[in-house]
Amino acid sequence: MQNAKVAVCMRDITKTFGPVVANDRIGLDIRRGEILALLGENGSGKTTLMNMLAGIYYPDAGQIFVDGHEVSIRSPKDAYDLGIGMIHQHFKLVDVFTAAENIILGIKDAGRSLDLKTVGEKIRAICDMYGFDIDPNQKIYDMSVSQKQTVEIVKVLYRGADILILDEPTAVLTPQETEKLFAILRNMRNDGKAIVIITHKLHEVEEISDRVVVLRRGQCVGEKMTKDTNAAEMTNMMVGRQVSLNIDRPEPVDPKPRLIVEGLTVKDADGVVKLSDVSFTAYSGEILGIAGISGCGQKELLEAIAGLQDFESGSIRYIDPDTGKEIELIGKDPREIFDMGVTLAFVPEDRLGMGLVGSMDLTDNMMLRSFRSGRSIFTDRKKPRQLAERVVRELAVDTPGLSTPVRRLSGGNVQKVLVGREISSSPTVLMTAYAVRGLDINSSYTIYDLLNQQKQKGVAVIYVGEDLDVLLELCDRILVLCGGRVSGIVPGRDADKNEVGLMMTRLGGMQCNESTH
Amino acid sequence: MDQLVSLFEAAVVFGTVILFGSVGEILTEKSGNLNLGVPGIMYLGGIAGLAGAFWYESNFASPVPFIGLLISLVCSLAAAMLGGLIYSFLTITLRANQNVTGLTLTIFGGGVANFFGGALNNMAGGVGQISVAATSSAYRATLPFLSEVSLFSSLGFMVYLALILAVVTSIFLSRTHKGLNLRAVGENPATADAAGISVVKNKYLATCTGAAITGLGGLYYVMDYIKGTWAIDGGIERLGWLAVALVIFARWKPLHAIWGSYLFGILFWLWLYIPGLTRSSQEIFKVLPYVVTIVVLIIVSTRRKREHQPPASLGLPYFREER
Repeated sequence: MQNAKVAVCMRDITKTFGPVVANDRIGLDIRRGEILALLGENGSGKTTLMNMLAGIYYPDAGQIFVDGHEVSIRSPKDAYDLGIGMIHQHFKLVDVFTAAENIILGIKDAGRSLDLKTVGEKIRAICDMYGFDIDPNQKIYDMSVSQKQTVEIVKVLYRGADILILDEPTAVLTPQETEKLFAILRNMRNDGKAIVIITHKLHEVEEISDRVVVLRRGQCVGEKMTKDTNAAEMTNMMVGRQVSLNIDRPEPVDPKPRLIVEGLTVKDADGVVKLSDVSFTAYSGEILGIAGISGCGQKELLEAIAGLQDFESGSIRYIDPDTGKEIELIGKDPREIFDMGVTLAFVPEDRLGMGLVGSMDLTDNMMLRSFRSGRSIFTDRKKPRQLAERVVRELAVDTPGLSTPVRRLSGGNVQKVLVGREISSSPTVLMTAYAVRGLDINSSYTIYDLLNQQKQKGVAVIYVGEDLDVLLELCDRILVLCGGRVSGIVPGRDADKNEVGLMMTRLGGMQCNESTH
Repeated sequence: MDQLVSLFEAAVVFGTVILFGSVGEILTEKSGNLNLGVPGIMYLGGIAGLAGAFWYESNFASPVPFIGLLISLVCSLAAAMLGGLIYSFLTITLRANQNVTGLTLTIFGGGVANFFGGALNNMAGGVGQISVAATSSAYRATLPFLSEVSLFSSLGFMVYLALILAVVTSIFLSRTHKGLNLRAVGENPATADAAGISVVKNKYLATCTGAAITGLGGLYYVMDYIKGTWAIDGGIERLGWLAVALVIFARWKPLHAIWGSYLFGILFWLWLYIPGLTRSSQEIFKVLPYVVTIVVLIIVSTRRKREHQPPASLGLPYFREER
């Protein structure tokens, strides 16, 4: 009986990227006059699935029906022609154009000469209808993030879309702006449009959606009417059951405070708060895990400690293991931190950008850390070469030779080279971001072993991860970030996966878990 | 008064050469292609026009100037567009570095033109100086109704053609849908692509059309500025670089390029009209156009107004985002 209202029907959609199955036989209905929330963790395939509706990707298998007819969507234009419009996380707008110019960009039947006055009137009509507030003649570079998003939505509506997909639309908005957006979405729903909102925030699902579909690891794991479900059930579906991985976890040896972060607040260039009042202590001889949805401040946190990030307020104090003296790190650049005798090692997320130079060979990459040492004007290549040899031998790096550019190595071997170099400096703090992303099982376990070795040497290890199962088995304590705030710190040995999942999506998790011990 | 008029005339003739170059380059750069091959393309346009006219005049006993004009115009456009096409293929299809490709094109164009220019001079025999008098006279003929007015009495039709092209390009860029689409390609190709605009097609068309217009500067130089002859003195190259400077001076707006080109002309010839200059102090005056360009660059970059900046993706190759 509801069939008349089904706008889009996806059946057995499969999409693979190399060996990774991003979507595995997913079926999904999108109905008119309804807001559908697509919920899932990072990498669960939400955006990939919707990109296939928007014409960015083409499915490997499966069928898509729009209004009952099977369609083939090969480009964004095809999608527009079917009335499907997607608002991406990264806006596609030309900065020096006005809102109106951006909105009519690329429209074929708009006539030869630009009649921006008529366009402006049409835009105002759309704005009045749904409650948008934009000036068609304002330049994009003068706009706030939320205004830019409004332009994107109006652009889609201007082209006659009645099926709207919004990819994490609230990620860049303030709470007030989010309220405004939700009011508009409700208006559009009441007008009979079909709306999909991709999100990982449970409270948004509860607030705005009529129906929720949960994806996990490329599969559709549940579909519920929002009013019939609750946060705990949705979290269960999102994170799934705990899987045993059998990762070693030696007991921490003689833990002492090594790094004390207090009230750290960081804003990005646009003034958006990335970290807000973050406080924690990292101990020597333990692995501190950092969990959170991606983009919740993990990168900023590590870079602030490494001296690469501007900050608003707060302190980061390092406690020298030999003398017991406290050293303030904040406001120092990496060179100054190094000169003070603080050996931080940082394995960044962007291995071939921040970590290593792709076109240089193994020896030269080792030199990146040591080229300043030595007194002669010529660089000392002998020690870096010996180090490279040792890393290759001890970590079993699969490479044709030391003079191979590192970008030719596979992901796992690149990571071994990077970790090997960082560990060789005998750090007292080791920070790793997504250390096993893209690595096969064996390489991953090699990395876990290396981290455990460092931990037993008394290094304070900070492990930013995305796989909850790994975090729960590897880390002694887990700090959970949610939207740039500390949602809680839980002991790794008896933490519950669903609880951590809930803390990732909602500050403080369950109401009962307020103590951060 | 007479001196002022003759200075302005000289400035307009000079300015027309670089106005063609600039308008063509502005159109090219609006698509995001930084073509530093402007001098090379002007060389190609100039030598091809000259060769076409020479072929016609030496094969027909009594050459009709107008036919010579048509033949040289077609040859010039074809050669210049070929230069633009080579650049487009290398930078758009093969994604070669734009700066390197452009500079190479300048060296290539200069080499080809001077090689054939020397050959033409030899073939012309006699004093060893080629001359296409009939065709050149057609280029230098004044518009019939303006021949009596003092300022306009020595200006050929291409002076007006350059003005018209500048105005038309300006209207195209700011007032039409196609112009808007083209600007979007130069500003943010990913956005244009997502809006259903063909980035490759726009870049090819703008670069080849731009090259054709730029090439006309070389043709005008050969047929009017040096009156249908060929000189291996690097004159075209010097003016070609000034055309590139003028693009920056005009802040990528063809209408500003009009007065800018005449201003450059005045500055360039100023030394002739200032009494008592020695040979070395003349040279200082010839530097003025470049000094003015640098001053404008400094002012524009300190004011940081977004409209005055180059197209955002100028010089960058476009890869469609793929996972």
